[in-house]
Amino acid sequence: MELARKLRGILPGSGGVHPPSQKIAADMSITPGPQPAEVFIPLSQHLGTPCEPLVAKQDRVMVGTRIGDSEGFVSAPVHSSVSGEVTGIVMHPHPTGEDSLAVVIKSDRLDTLDSAVKPHGNPDELTPEEIRRLVREGGIVGMGGAGFPTHVKLSPPADKPIELVIINGAECEPYLTGDYRLMLERGEDVVKGARLIQRAVGAERVVVAIEETSPQAINAMREAGGPLGMEVVSLPARYPQGAEKTLVDTITGKQVPHGKLPMEVGAIVDNVGTAAAIYDAVYMGMPLVERTLTVAGDGVARHANLKVKIGTLVEDVIDHCGGLVGGRGKVIVGGPMMGIAQYTMEVPVTKTTSGITVLSRETMMKEEPGSFTCIRCGRCVKNCPMNLMPYLIGAYADKGMWDKLEDLNIEDCMECGCCAYGCPTRNPLVQLCKVGKEGFVRKRSKMEALERAGKED
Amino acid sequence: MPEETVSAEKEDESDSTDEGGKTTRRVVDDSELFHIGVSPHLRDKDTTTRIMGWVIVALLPLTVYGVYIGGLHAFGVVVMSIIGAVAAEAVMQRLLHKPIAVYDLSALLTGLLLALTLPPRLPMWIPFIGGVVAIVLGKQIFGGLGYNIFNPALVGRAVLFVSWSSYMTTSYLLHPQAAVVNTAAIKSIDSITKATPLFAIGLVRKGELTLSASKYIKPLLFGNPWGCIGEVSAVLILLGLAILLIKRLVDWRIPVCFVGTVMLLSLLKGSNPWFMALSGGLLLGACFMATDYVTNPMTGWGKVVFAVGCGIVTFVLRFYSKMPEGVMFAILLMNGFTPLIDRYIKPRPFGYKVKKLEEKEAEA
Repeated sequence: MELARKLRGILPGSGGVHPPSQKIAADMSITPGPQPAEVFIPLSQHLGTPCEPLVAKQDRVMVGTRIGDSEGFVSAPVHSSVSGEVTGIVMHPHPTGEDSLAVVIKSDRLDTLDSAVKPHGNPDELTPEEIRRLVREGGIVGMGGAGFPTHVKLSPPADKPIELVIINGAECEPYLTGDYRLMLERGEDVVKGARLIQRAVGAERVVVAIEETSPQAINAMREAGGPLGMEVVSLPARYPQGAEKTLVDTITGKQVPHGKLPMEVGAIVDNVGTAAAIYDAVYMGMPLVERTLTVAGDGVARHANLKVKIGTLVEDVIDHCGGLVGGRGKVIVGGPMMGIAQYTMEVPVTKTTSGITVLSRETMMKEEPGSFTCIRCGRCVKNCPMNLMPYLIGAYADKGMWDKLEDLNIEDCMECGCCAYGCPTRNPLVQLCKVGKEGFVRKRSKMEALERAGKED
Repeated sequence: MPEETVSAEKEDESDSTDEGGKTTRRVVDDSELFHIGVSPHLRDKDTTTRIMGWVIVALLPLTVYGVYIGGLHAFGVVVMSIIGAVAAEAVMQRLLHKPIAVYDLSALLTGLLLALTLPPRLPMWIPFIGGVVAIVLGKQIFGGLGYNIFNPALVGRAVLFVSWSSYMTTSYLLHPQAAVVNTAAIKSIDSITKATPLFAIGLVRKGELTLSASKYIKPLLFGNPWGCIGEVSAVLILLGLAILLIKRLVDWRIPVCFVGTVMLLSLLKGSNPWFMALSGGLLLGACFMATDYVTNPMTGWGKVVFAVGCGIVTFVLRFYSKMPEGVMFAILLMNGFTPLIDRYIKPRPFGYKVKKLEEKEAEA
C-alpha cells in the first residue's frame, strides 16, 4: 500500500512539479501578529453569498462580535477581530483584486471579549447537528485557500455516506509553513477538531496527510492522533499534493468525478488550520477572528509565522516583520504558486490568507524573459495534475475560440500553475486559462439566452 | 505577456483629467510600484535557450570525437552547416520582419544536428546549402520555431540526399563497403564491389551477407570510421542521451520504443538486432532527431505510437527498399503523422471514466 502510493507519486504521468520548497520560516514558532490601530474586515471572505453588515457606524464591537451574516446556506458570518468602534462600512481593496465591502473598526487595543464568546457545555456530547451549527456560527471556512464554508462541507446529503475524513497537512506551496507549525504546536487541538469533523459526518476513518519532507510534523501528529485511532500518512512531496482532488486520489486511489466534490467518493478534506479553528469555535466558543499565516520571501526583513487578526492590513503585517527590503517586487497574498500579487499593501488579511510572500525587485529582474512561442515540449501536458492539455487551452483562449475549450475540459482546471511553472517559453498559461474560462462561460450564457429567445418565438 | 507594473498610488494622484476630457497619466516613480501578474510567481529555470544549450552540450562529446576521427575536413563540414543555418535564420527573420532570435540557439542546434548526419568528406558548399535549406524550407516557411511540421535538420539532409546523392554516398573516410571487407573478410565480396558502397551495408542488414559479431560491435560502439560524423560512436550518443534524460529534457519513451521496435522486428526477421541498433543513423536519429520537441506528439502514449511507427518504417525501409538506410525518411514520415496522433491520442482527464455503453444509454 505504502509502496504503491510512493510509486504513484514518481511514475511519469502523475502530474505535478517540484518547485524549490523554500520553507525558510519552518523553525519560527507562531508568534502574535501586529496590534493594528484599525482593521478592515471584508464581508466576503468565502465562496458563496457575501454577508450583510449587522453593525453601523459608531457601534461598539468586541472581539468575537458578529458583524456580518447572510441568509444563504453557502455562506459564513464574519466577526470582529478587535474591540473598538466601527468607523465605517466602505469599499476597500480585497486580496482577490476587486474592491469589496468591508467593516472598518478602530481598535481600542484592549481586545475585550464579547460576552457571547464562551464554551458551549461538554463538546463530547454535541450532536452532529449542534456541531454544524457551532461551526457555522464560528464563521469557519476552508482555510487552505478556497474558503468553502465548512458547515456546508459537514452536511453531506443522506445518499452520500462519508467514510473518510482527510485532514490536509500537505502544505505544498513553497514558503508556507503555517500548517506545519500548527501541527507541531497545536497538534492536540487539531486532533480534537478533526474528531469533531469525524463525528459531524459520521466517518469511520480519519487520516492526517502530511508530505514526507516534514517528518517532525508526522511524528507530532502520530503522537497526538495515534491514541485516538487516527492514521498519519506521509505523502510524496510534490506540488500540488495538497489540492483536494489530488490528495483524495493519492490517499484512496479514487478519482473524484469531474465537476463533483470529494464526498462523491466518500471522503471530505479539511485543512489543518480549519480543524484547529473548529476546535477554537466549539471548545472555546471563539469564532474565526485570527489565523496563522507565514510571512516569507527575500523581499521582507524578517520571516515569521504569525497569528494575525483578520482585517489587519498587509502593510501592518509587513511592518511588523521589519518592512520591505530591496526594491519593490511582488507582494503576494498566498504562496508563490497560486497566490495573488497585490498592487497595494492596503489589502486586509482574510480568513483564507495562508501567507504573505514577498519577492524583491532584484529577484524579479533576474528572471529570464520568455519567447512565448510554444515549442511543443509537452511539459504542460505532463505536469498537469488534471491531465488536461494546457498548450491547446492556451492557444484556443488566445485566439478567442471559446467553443473549443469545452472539449478540452477547461472547467476542470484548478489554476495550480504547474503548466506555466514548467513552460520554457514562459507562456502565461494560467492567465490564458482564466481568460478562456471567462470567455467560455460568457459564450455559453449567451447561447442559452439565444436558445430561450428562440423558444419564446 | 510580460509583467505589468501598476501604480500603487491612489488613482486620483496618478491620473488627472484635463479640461479636454482626455486622461493623462502622470509618470510615477517606478520604484514605488509593485510588480503584478498572474500566478505562478515562480518559474522553472529551463528556458528555450537553456534547453537548446543543453542539447548542444549533450551533442558535444560526439561532435568532438566525430571531428577527431573525421579530421579537419569534418570540422569544416560542421562549421559550414552551422553557419548556413544561423545565417539563414537571421536573414529569414529579417525578411519576415520578425524579431531576430538567433540567440535562442535553435538554429545553431539544427545546423549541428544536420552536420552530424553528413559524411565527413563532403565538399564545403554542400553542408552550407544544407543548413540554409534546413532553416528556410524546414522551419521558417512554416512560421519559425514551434510551427514546423518536419524536423528541420532532416529536411536539410533529405534535400541534400536527393540532390547530390553521389556526394552523399561516397564522401566517407572509408567506404562503408570497406567496413564489410575489413571486418568480415568475406570471400564473395567481389560480387558486391560494383554496387554502391552503402548497398554493402544494406546486404548485411538484410542478412544476405553475414558478419561475426565481435568484429563490428566494438568499432560501432567506440570508433566507427565508415559512417557520418555523428555515427562514430554509439557510446557517445548514449552518453548524450543520458545527459538529456538526467536533465529531464526528453522523454525516454521515444528512443526506447524506436530502437526497441527496430530490434524486435529484425530479430523476428532473423537478423542480428544489436547490429541493427548500433549501425547507421538509428541511435542518432532516435536519441536526437525523433525527440525534437516540435515535431513529435505531446502526450506520453502519442510519443509511444510515434516512436513505434518510426521503428516500423525504419525496419521496412532497411529490409524491403533499395535504400540501405531508412531512419531519416522514417522520422520525416512520422513527423507528418504527429498532428494526427495529437488529435486522437489525448490524456484522459482526471475524474473522467471511459463510459460503458449502458451508462451512456442510461444518460440518453
